[in-house]
Amino acid sequence: MMGGLQPGFGAIGYDLAHLLGGAVLVLSFALLYQRRLTAVINIYAMQSWVLAAAAAWQGWVQSSAELYVAALIALGVKGLAIPLALHRIVRRLHIHRAVETALGIFPSMAVGVALVALAIMVVLPTTMQTQVLTREDLSLALSVVLLGHLMMITRRTALTQVIGFMSIENGLILGAVGVQGMPLVVELSVAVLVMVGAVVFGVFFFRIRENFQSLDDSHLDQVGGAHR
Amino acid sequence: MTSLIGLATLLLHVALMLALAPLLVGFIRTIKARVLGRVGPPVVQPWRDLLRLARKQPVVAENASWLFHAAPAAGFAATLAAAALVPGFALGMTTAPLADLLVIAGLLALARCLLALAGLDIGTAFGGIGASREMTFAAFAEPAMMLVIFTLGLLMGTTNLDAIALVLREVTVGLRVSLGLALVAIVAVAIAENSRLPVDNPASHLELTMVHEAMVLEYSGRHLALIEATAALKLLLWMTLIATIFAPFGTATPESGPLVWLFALPLWAVKVGALAVVLALFESAIAKMRVFRVPEFLGIAVLLGLLAAVFLFVSQGIA
Amino acid sequence: MPRAGRFRQRRADCISWWCETVPALCAVPGAIALSPVILTGFALVVAALLGLGAASAVVHHHIPAGATRRRAAAAAALASRRIAALGSLGVCGLGFLLVLTYLLAGAGTATITLPLGLPGLGVPGLGVAGGNLLDGTRYDGGITLALDGLSGFFLLLLMAAGAAASAAALDGPGDTDATAPFLPVFLAAMALTLLAGDAFALVLGFELMSLASFALILTHHDDATVRAAALLYIGMAALGAACLIPALALLADGAGWDLRFAAIRALPPEGWRATLVFVLALVGAGSKAGLAPLHVWLPPAHAAAPAHVSALMSGAMTKVALYLLVRVLFDLCGPAQPVWWGVPLLVLGAGGAVLGGLRANLENDIKALLACSTVENIGLIVIGLGVALAARGADLSTLAALALGGALLHALAHGLFKSLLFIAAGAVQHGAGTRLLVRLGGLIHRMPVTTVCVLVGAASLAGLPPSAGFAGEWTLFQAVLGGPRIGNLGLQILICVVAALMALAAALAAAAAVRLVGVAFLGRPRSPRAAAADEAGPRTRDALTGLAVALAVVGLFPGAVLSLAEPVLRRLVSAGLDDRAGLLEVAAQAGMPGYSAAGIALLGALAAGLVLWLVRTLTTPGHRDAPAWDGGFGAPPPWLPFGDPLTQYGGASFAQPLRRALGGALLQADEIVDMPAPGETRPARITVELSDPAAWWLFRPVAELRARLSAFADAIQFLTIRRTLSLMFTVLVLFLAVVALMEQL
Repeated sequence: MMGGLQPGFGAIGYDLAHLLGGAVLVLSFALLYQRRLTAVINIYAMQSWVLAAAAAWQGWVQSSAELYVAALIALGVKGLAIPLALHRIVRRLHIHRAVETALGIFPSMAVGVALVALAIMVVLPTTMQTQVLTREDLSLALSVVLLGHLMMITRRTALTQVIGFMSIENGLILGAVGVQGMPLVVELSVAVLVMVGAVVFGVFFFRIRENFQSLDDSHLDQVGGAHR
Repeated sequence: MTSLIGLATLLLHVALMLALAPLLVGFIRTIKARVLGRVGPPVVQPWRDLLRLARKQPVVAENASWLFHAAPAAGFAATLAAAALVPGFALGMTTAPLADLLVIAGLLALARCLLALAGLDIGTAFGGIGASREMTFAAFAEPAMMLVIFTLGLLMGTTNLDAIALVLREVTVGLRVSLGLALVAIVAVAIAENSRLPVDNPASHLELTMVHEAMVLEYSGRHLALIEATAALKLLLWMTLIATIFAPFGTATPESGPLVWLFALPLWAVKVGALAVVLALFESAIAKMRVFRVPEFLGIAVLLGLLAAVFLFVSQGIA
Repeated sequence: MPRAGRFRQRRADCISWWCETVPALCAVPGAIALSPVILTGFALVVAALLGLGAASAVVHHHIPAGATRRRAAAAAALASRRIAALGSLGVCGLGFLLVLTYLLAGAGTATITLPLGLPGLGVPGLGVAGGNLLDGTRYDGGITLALDGLSGFFLLLLMAAGAAASAAALDGPGDTDATAPFLPVFLAAMALTLLAGDAFALVLGFELMSLASFALILTHHDDATVRAAALLYIGMAALGAACLIPALALLADGAGWDLRFAAIRALPPEGWRATLVFVLALVGAGSKAGLAPLHVWLPPAHAAAPAHVSALMSGAMTKVALYLLVRVLFDLCGPAQPVWWGVPLLVLGAGGAVLGGLRANLENDIKALLACSTVENIGLIVIGLGVALAARGADLSTLAALALGGALLHALAHGLFKSLLFIAAGAVQHGAGTRLLVRLGGLIHRMPVTTVCVLVGAASLAGLPPSAGFAGEWTLFQAVLGGPRIGNLGLQILICVVAALMALAAALAAAAAVRLVGVAFLGRPRSPRAAAADEAGPRTRDALTGLAVALAVVGLFPGAVLSLAEPVLRRLVSAGLDDRAGLLEVAAQAGMPGYSAAGIALLGALAAGLVLWLVRTLTTPGHRDAPAWDGGFGAPPPWLPFGDPLTQYGGASFAQPLRRALGGALLQADEIVDMPAPGETRPARITVELSDPAAWWLFRPVAELRARLSAFADAIQFLTIRRTLSLMFTVLVLFLAVVALMEQL
């Protein structure tokens, strides 16, 4: 069986990239597992930090400055700015309450594992020719994307849906930084970020209107008053 | 010569496990106390408690059967046998050919079933509630443990712990996603098996929060001493197991001779100590979860174990 | 030479003589061939058992003149039961020695043809042939009996379980007299199934087995639930027959309507025919073995039958069905079958294992609980068979040998411990008057021997080392662990899931074992009858002790048991375990450390010795008796000598966490709380309803279909004459059309 170990394992450049990708995936599962909004936001921030570390590591390995920029964007915007903003919204709207689930925690996790298996079964045969690292990174990235989708489907509150959407974006970036010589990584992450921003605001205003029948934020004050 | 060294290693290992287990519990309690801003009892306090309990004559319920009397010693013996199989500071103990991971899990299950039966023997509500919950948690912890064993077995081609540790020590397996996931799963299992927070509160005496303690509520005197010693030994066993698999560096082998022990023994203590500090910090930071959240918690461990095995197929392409 | 040394020398001589001579009997050409002799012996065993049944029946109805009629009838019934049970005990004991000799001697194959059989197929002649039947002789329609390693291995289990069950039947309560003659017939039918060398004998034995067990289930037929259980049982048996007979017919059809296995083996089925045989055999044998989702009959039927019969049904009959599965899938279908054959077995086995394990935690009746645990164990064994089939399809014969060996080992272990537990359940019913957990408790004080034997059996049920159950589960798990080598990512992921489900099933079984022992045998009595329970009768105790000893031997030396299965493995999967299974150790791969039960037992004994020494030296001896502390709860009033019954955990409360965690999803468990309004005096009630998924996925649709069909049949019974005639005319025309069509083809 020892012969089954593939070359590549043991090389630190490979291992760390691999492990960071795995950590992003585990944090995706942690997002699904959480019941509290603040914890969900924190874990999203953590995922972004790990993503930044993965991008920076790839920048070191591939000695490409672009990837460092991508890492900085991930750390600064997704790791700090967005989580802080979301925390503020949570405080302002007083929605500390538990995450509302459309599917139970354990069933959604089980579906998540099935999705990961699906991702692997899709990626593996189509990438038989490429090197092990790319294969595995692609399957990890696809899994993160699918888990983000799952989170958007199975959670009711607007905020968790937004976070699910942003973790999809994390998965995309993870896939992009893992592939050697992928062009336009920075442009990609900026563009996706702008889109995320648009979606965040869009969803928020629509969901707020849905919840409170109006976009007028005096309604928000009333809600706040009721809670105070 | 190797067999003599193996025997010497085994005897030293068993003696150390027995001697250090209560100290480990004391160490964790001290750290927890310090984190909470208290001074805490001395590290040797659990040893003192054990000796004090051992000197006391047990008070036994009138309707107890022979099983109630025998269970603490039998459970301790099963745990001790399992402890003799888990290599700590050195590989190649005399028991190495027996040290199958499934057997170790089986011996721990034997000890658990014996205590659960003893919990039911007097016919009190507490004993029953503890036994019932303990067996329920075990039902969910076992699959997770099995998947961890499965992952290790796939990676190394054997389920023998000594062989696994040897391979991990000598061949660079690399930092693998699979092993990382397996680590998370086995930590969850270890928390449940050792009745630690957030699954069970080892310091609690409230009926709603007790699992293990409720089961052994009728015990006193030397019986209770044996049970507490079993719990301490089990904790050390699990920490050693995790250290042996996931931090395999620096262990002695039969070939390296006893001089390496001088280096390997402190290293083992450091590894276990580090795990103990992590456990103490974790327990101080977290609250106990509701009983019916525990199956979910362990179910997540099962899923992570499954992912660990599945990712092995990706990276390794076992054919 | 000192006396003891001489004795040891002589014993060693005897052993070496035995080891050298017995294999030599078979191996040396020209010497007496052992296998045909033993096969003839087994033909006589079957005949003797059938004769015992007949004799017992005759005695039952032969009432001597003179004494009052009623007492005479009772005496005759008792005599009939004694004849049947004592005779079966003797014959099974003899058969056990016979088959043990055969297996130790290397299990050569043998075939004989009996001058009975399908009428109209020529006049058969009695002939003993020591090997291959493909010698050009014309098939003459006689019943062929054959003996090989596979039948020998299962006969070993059958004879052991049969002897124990017969011994228990000797002690049995008088109300089992009525069906006593069927006991030897049941045993004979199972032996005939195992010995069958052609499809006709196989069907004959299998159906006789179904009918005899049907009669035995109906022992207490004045109870409506017993009748319902028997009806369900015979219905499932009919379904099994309706699948099994076409499967065998397809096999024989491929071999030119030669019913003998040797001929079928020479021309195994291929393509769609093989697939059809696979599906039919899986349903036919699976319905008898209790393979999910065809397991619904087990809990009611086992609960309805007398205990020694349940012991045989669960310990031996389900194994006979597994034998049939192995015979058809591994032997008769030939080695060139696809990998995917393993997949349905893996899926059904894993599903059944978890479902059975969970239901075993929720049943209130001890025997239903044990029957559910049978479903679980059959699931585990079938997983092993699935891995073996898939591995054989992928030409991984060493893995296939490990998987099949594990399945056989676990089948043997399960046969022994389940027989033990069912016989103990009978002793409990006899001694404490009930099988319901809610009325038992504290039996350890009143039934010490039974309790110790039950502990041995329950350790196997829970899969704890170094029991026989653990050895079987260890080997099966090692086989599953090797499963990913078969390849194909989908299969690999499936095998991972199966491994997790196996572990879940094993842990559920452990919980069920703790619940069984802890609630029924430990704790306080839950009814006056349980408080005054009687120890089992002497013969039952002997049976229990014998089975416990056998279990200990199997548990400590699983490698020796696997070496008995060596010839089977070599023949069916063309690889053995002799490089991996020694007397003391079983390993998954040659040259690697494995599982050594004796070593673990020794280590445990040493640890126990150390602990006892520590306890002796460090602690104060003795103890003080006092009322239970119970968290400071007040002592019960004097009119409750066994304490307040409501404060003790029972079967339902023990299972409550598992029911809440898994029951809702798997068994549609519903809690219905009936809370009285304030001021009402009636108590609040909580009732739990469970329904097996097989019931609503499979049986409810079938029942609806049947209802619709019977409504249709009802409707066409009341037609006008003109319509009736037109109906008949349509049928006639259709028939002619079919005939014309067949002639065209």
